[in-house]
Formats: sequence, C-alpha cells, structure tokens
Amino acid sequence: MDTNQYMGMFLEESREHLQTLNRCLLDLENDPGNLSVLDEIFRSAHTIKGMSATMGFTTIAELTHEMENILDLLRRSLLQADSTSVDTLFKCVDTLEQLVESVANNTGENLDVKPLVAKLKALGKGEKPAAAPAKTVATEPTPASPSDSQLTVKLTDDEMDDVKDAHNKGLRGYEVQVSLREGCLLKSARAYMVMSALDELGDIIKSVPSVEELEKENFENSFQAIIVTDHEPEKLEATVLSISEIEKAVVLPCVLPDWLQPATPPAPPAAVGVVAEIQVAAVDKPADRAKTGKPAAETAGGDKKLKGGQSVRVDIDKLDSLLNLVGELVINKTRLEQIGITHRLVDLVETIEQMDRVTTDLQTVVMKVRMVPVGQVFNRFPRMVRDLSRELNKEINLIIQGEETELDRTVIDEIGDPLVHLLRNSIDHGIEQPAERQAKGKNPVGDVRLIARHEGNNVIIMVEDDGKGINPDIVRQKAVDKGLITAAEAEKMDAAEAVRLVFLPGFSTAETVTDVSGRGVGMDAVKTKIESLGGMVDVETKINEGSKFKIRLPLTLAIIQALLVKVCEEIYAIPLGSIDSTINITPDDIKTIQNQEVILLRGQIIPIVRLLNVLNVPDTNADRPEELFVVIVHMGEHRAGIIVDTLIGQQEIVIKSLGKLLAGIKVIAGATILGNGQVALILDVGALKQ
Amino acid sequence: MSEKTYSSNEVQLVVFKLGREEYGVSILQVQEIKRMTDITRVPHTPEYIKGVINLRGSVLPVVDLKKRLNLPMEEYTDDTRIIIVKVEEIIVGMIVDAVSEVTAINQENIEPPQAVVSGVESSYLSGVGKMDNRLLILLNLLAIIGIGQDAAKAG
Repeated sequence: MDTNQYMGMFLEESREHLQTLNRCLLDLENDPGNLSVLDEIFRSAHTIKGMSATMGFTTIAELTHEMENILDLLRRSLLQADSTSVDTLFKCVDTLEQLVESVANNTGENLDVKPLVAKLKALGKGEKPAAAPAKTVATEPTPASPSDSQLTVKLTDDEMDDVKDAHNKGLRGYEVQVSLREGCLLKSARAYMVMSALDELGDIIKSVPSVEELEKENFENSFQAIIVTDHEPEKLEATVLSISEIEKAVVLPCVLPDWLQPATPPAPPAAVGVVAEIQVAAVDKPADRAKTGKPAAETAGGDKKLKGGQSVRVDIDKLDSLLNLVGELVINKTRLEQIGITHRLVDLVETIEQMDRVTTDLQTVVMKVRMVPVGQVFNRFPRMVRDLSRELNKEINLIIQGEETELDRTVIDEIGDPLVHLLRNSIDHGIEQPAERQAKGKNPVGDVRLIARHEGNNVIIMVEDDGKGINPDIVRQKAVDKGLITAAEAEKMDAAEAVRLVFLPGFSTAETVTDVSGRGVGMDAVKTKIESLGGMVDVETKINEGSKFKIRLPLTLAIIQALLVKVCEEIYAIPLGSIDSTINITPDDIKTIQNQEVILLRGQIIPIVRLLNVLNVPDTNADRPEELFVVIVHMGEHRAGIIVDTLIGQQEIVIKSLGKLLAGIKVIAGATILGNGQVALILDVGALKQ
Repeated sequence: MSEKTYSSNEVQLVVFKLGREEYGVSILQVQEIKRMTDITRVPHTPEYIKGVINLRGSVLPVVDLKKRLNLPMEEYTDDTRIIIVKVEEIIVGMIVDAVSEVTAINQENIEPPQAVVSGVESSYLSGVGKMDNRLLILLNLLAIIGIGQDAAKAG
C-alpha cells in the first residue's frame, strides 16, 4: 500500500496523540488512581501503535506496544502508577516524539529503543507474580491462530465448552464476520473498535486472527470473532456496522459439532472462573475496562467518529490563498462602489450594499477559520514545567488561564519558543528554592501563571511568577560591567527602565550559567521574535514579589487596521496598533532640542519625525499650511510624533509583501492595495527612529 | 520566408524599443505586457526602481529600463508598456517605450555582446541578434534586475 499520501495525516495525528499522552500522564501523576485518564492514555497509545504499524514504522509500533503492556498492568492495578512507572512512560513519550519528528524529517527511525523496551519489560515483570496465575490460564486456550481465510472459525475443545456453557446459561453464541472497506487506513484501529464494541455486548470467546495479530495488522480485510451474548444478532450486526469503514458484517449463530447431543453435562463449577479468564485472553483490554466498572462507552471509536464529522484538516497555504482572494474581492467591491457613486446608479449602490454585508461576513469567517486557540501552544508547557521543576529541585505550580483565546495560525506557530524562554526564565531565575521561599515567609511552592486574554485588537499573553523579582540595581551593574551602557547612562535610568535592560542583546542575569537558561541569548531573542510578529513585550517586577512579562500580539498578521495618511501626493498606511493619538499643531509649536525637533504634549517631550524627509517624498506643496497634523505613535516604550499633510481615515488593510527584490527596506513594513487599486506602503513605525 | 520552421536552434523573442534601439528578451521569461498604470514610489530604493504596481492583487516592483541602462529619459507616452518578466522566481515589471513584435531568431545569428553597444554596459547584455538589416540587443535580465546585488540596500 502506498502510504505516502497519508504521511501528513499520520504525523499530525501522532503529534496530537503525543500531546494527549503528555497531558494525561501529568494528570495520572497527580491522581494515580484515575482510571478514565488511564483509559485515555491507552487509547492514544493504541492509536499511535495502529497508525505506525500501518505506515510501517516498526520502531514506534514496538515501543507503543510495550507501553501498552505496562498501561494494561496499571489499569488492572497490578502495577502502581508511582514515579518509576510514570517516569518511564514519560521517557517513552519523549522517545516517541523524537521518532515521529525523525520520521517527519525523513531521517527514518534511527533511534535505539531497545534500552527503553527492556526497561518497560522489566517494569512489567516486576509485578508479574501477582498477575501470573490469571495470565497462565488465560493464554492457554487461544493459541495464536494464523490468519487463514476459512469462513467458519474452528473452535478448540475448551472454547466449545465455553460456548456450550454460555448456552446453558441462556446466552447464544454467534460468529461475527467483519469485512473492512477496501483502502481502510487504520485497519488495526478499526478492528480494535469492532472488538471493543462487541465486548460491550457480550463475551468474546475467540477471534480469528487472534487479537495480537489484529493489533499487528496481520490480516487482510476481514476477520471473525466468536461471541456469546444475550443480544439479538441484528443488534450485533448494527453495532458493528455503526463503526466507520466497515464494509460488511455477517452474524451467524454458532453451530458446534456435538450440538445435537443435548445431554451436555453441566460445566464444572470451576469452569465459570475459566470463562472469565478467557475473556481476558481474547480481548484483553476491553474486558478489563468492563471489569474496572468504568463504562467503556467512549471508546476510541466514538471519539474518532465525532471528530471526523465535525472538522476537516486544511493546508494553511490553502487558507492563505482563500484569504488573498477575499482581499481581492473586497478591493473590487470598493471599486464598484466608486463607480456607483460617480455615476449615481442607485440600483448598483443598493446591490453593492448587500454585497458589502456578504463580503464582510466572508472576511470574518475566513479570518476565524485561521484562528486557533493558544491552548495548542500552552498544552506542552505543563510537561516542560514538571521536568524543569524536578531538575532544579523547585516546586512549581503552573496556572494556565485563557487557553481558549484565539490567535492567527501564523502567530501561534511562532509564539512557542519565546514563551518557552520566558517560562524557563521565571522558573530558573524567578522562583527561589523552597527553603529560601520559606525563609521569606512565602509558600514553598512557587506560582507561575501563564495567562492569555483579548484586549481590543490585541491578544495579551502574560508570564507571571511570585519569585524574587528582578533587582534594577543588579541589572544596572551588569549592563555597565558588560559594556552595554555607560555608568552615566545607568545613573539616569529609573527602576523600570533599568529592568528593561534585560532585553538588551548579550545580557544574562543568572549568577551561574545553567542548563535551563542564562546563556545570555534569552530575552533578547524573545524581544526580537515578538517584535517580528508585530507585537511588544514588557516587564514589570517587584523585588521579592515576582515579575510579570507581558506580551502584546496582534490578532492576525494578514489584515490590520491602519490609518491612511497623505504626504504630498503619496499615501501611506500607519498600523493603528502603534498609534496613540492624532493632534493638530501649528509650526510654532515645534521646538528644537539639540538639533532634534520636538513638541510638548501634556508635559511630555516628544521627538517629531517629518515623513516628507524620512521618505524623501518629492515636495510638491510649495506653501505649507498653518496647521500640521501629527500622528503620535509609540515604538516600544518610546513615543514619537509623525508629521503628515492630511489624515485620510481609518481602514482595514490586507498586508502584502513587497517581494524578495525589495525586501529589507527600512521604514517600510509592506504594502497594501487600496480601494482604487493603487498600492500604498505600510510604515514600519519601529524603524522610524533612526 | 514562407516556410517558417521552429527548430530548436531558434529562440522566440519579445522585441521592444528603448529610444530608437530595438531590444529583445526571450519569450519564455515574459509573463505579460501591461499598459502603463499607477506606480507607487518606494523610498530608499535605487533610482531605477520606479516603484510598485498592483498586478491582480500582487504587489510587483517595476524597473525603469532606460534609467537602468543609463539611456536618456523621455516622457511616457501612450505606447509605453510594462513588460512583466519572471527571472529566478522573481517577478518584475520593466518599463519600455514600446513593444513592437514577437519574432524568432536563429541562434547562429546571435553574437556575443561587444564591449560597448550604444553606451549600454556589456554585463547587462547577453548578445546581439542580427535580423536582415536590423540589430536586436538581447538583455541579460538577471544582471538588470540586480539579483544578488541587493538592490534594495544600495539606496
């Protein structure tokens, strides 16, 4: 089977399941007795196993298989979910992640999982004695049968006894013949779903091929199972058919060779026990689920089906081109509008108004489609924080809020690394050792908060800790020592400014360089990244109370609100996100300080920038008007006033790149197409201050 | 001339005028030919980059070819055209005085560029084509567009 076309699907689903594994293992660690979490872990591991086996990634399949064995022991309470077992499972997930990534990078599964497999096996054996008696009985009656294509399953004597036994108790034996649809992607997963569905209706005596073989996908498109149940055969058939990708299900009553001898001796009392064990052998897991009293209703099958009906995976490129097309449509609509107005075509104007509503809705929907909850990024942090806190012997309580806050996909993809940096910094530098915290009268467990929320057209993400805070004096001293600023400059800075020095390139406040952070690249990289996303990062801190890093990000990178301004004949767009206000001044209001033109605004001195000069605009206005328009913008913590000729108005603009040839022009962040089809350039406010 | 055959030795050229001279570029590099349109000036770029235009929703840079080749400038007329070319995945517009025809020329009739042809720097040329009594100057678009020279930062 050509599996290449499923590669993307495999990778994405595997990553999703690994994410789930990480999350659930954390839950399990905190609540070792939680069986529903164990079930979820099991399902994810099982799906990965099935998928990887289908795709031919045997290493992944092998490792997940061993994991399953351990999970099974855990579920049957034959093994404790203590730190040893959970740690080992975490290690497995890590290794699986690496394996999946190496598959993604086309380097093949070149990791050696043998030590880990051995470890898992040892872990399993450590508890085996308890399980042994049950196991030995269980495994006997079902020898691994080869996947022969016979239509009727041949039963061993023991199995026949079971059927007879059940029959005597008023139950019926049926042979269920299941055929999977041609081209079924995850055969083993489907088989597993069928088996668990059947197991809920009755007891599975046997399957051909055996469950192990089914799991390894050593079968063609069909398999059979013998089940004893008190349900009608129609019910069995309907249940199996309700699972997706099932071609056909045939339910036939079991006919045993010696069926015509009614005088079957009643089974010895001991046999009842054996029946129970056989279930374990035949369909190990589902039977166990039933045993633990946990309703097995939400099997993997149920989840899968729901998902399949509700969402579609779409390549982000397709969404991008969709967005582009919508942008085009909006531009053309504006043109039509202008035609209608200039030619006074009432009918046209009315129609366009209708169209306007539709295009606006369309635009909103397309934008929404590109939005993903930040939870997708946040999900991986609990695991990271757990590992870090162990490594550093600190106790951390990570609190995540607002993970449902949505951001544009492109931003989401980029925001992970900066957040990792900030969290690591908070944990490594911020939170003190438990003893130190106790001495300060704090809770020995440090709080780290990761909060996301909307604020106007922005999304705010905050990383907060209640650690020791950042000492501005130490920061000042370090910055001077490293030659980043002069002592005189340091003198002049207030505490808030001094703390912001941590964002300077080549700054690190950690007294010792640790594995975790403090290589002097952290904060600088964070700042650069956030700014490249059109966002801002700031820090607030109080000694011994903690620090708060606040990231402000635009909702989307593709469409922004902008103020259109005119300088002579040229139109420029200034992103609204960086505008504080607009004011009118007269030329007399402009003063000069050290050859720098400034204005006074509410007691603050604001340097001004003449767009005409910065952009070398050909000056066509001979006489300047008496009144000047100034757009007050902020660049990080600094503010500046931009002098323009006219303010045209606020508008939603679609950001277009200037292309490779013109990339890297200072002051220009991109271009956009106006309603009349003309191109207007977008100012890069951050670069205005030379 | 009635038996026109397109052998592999022939190249098809889009022929255009700059001043009184005729120039040619391979038709395979030409995407389309557009009438003059609004061009938005882009600050801090070399002088020969006239600006950017909107080509069905994409923003494309436009090079004034005469300025690039240091030829005397004239006013734009009704004949002025923008030839959209694609070179190494970069799409650029070139302003020319007029587009005259599409023609085929045999490789044998193309000579390597001489040191100086009518004052145009030879690195911008890829050859000179002879057709009857006409001379076609063939351009090296890669050099003209300035890929690898970092045009944007030069200004």
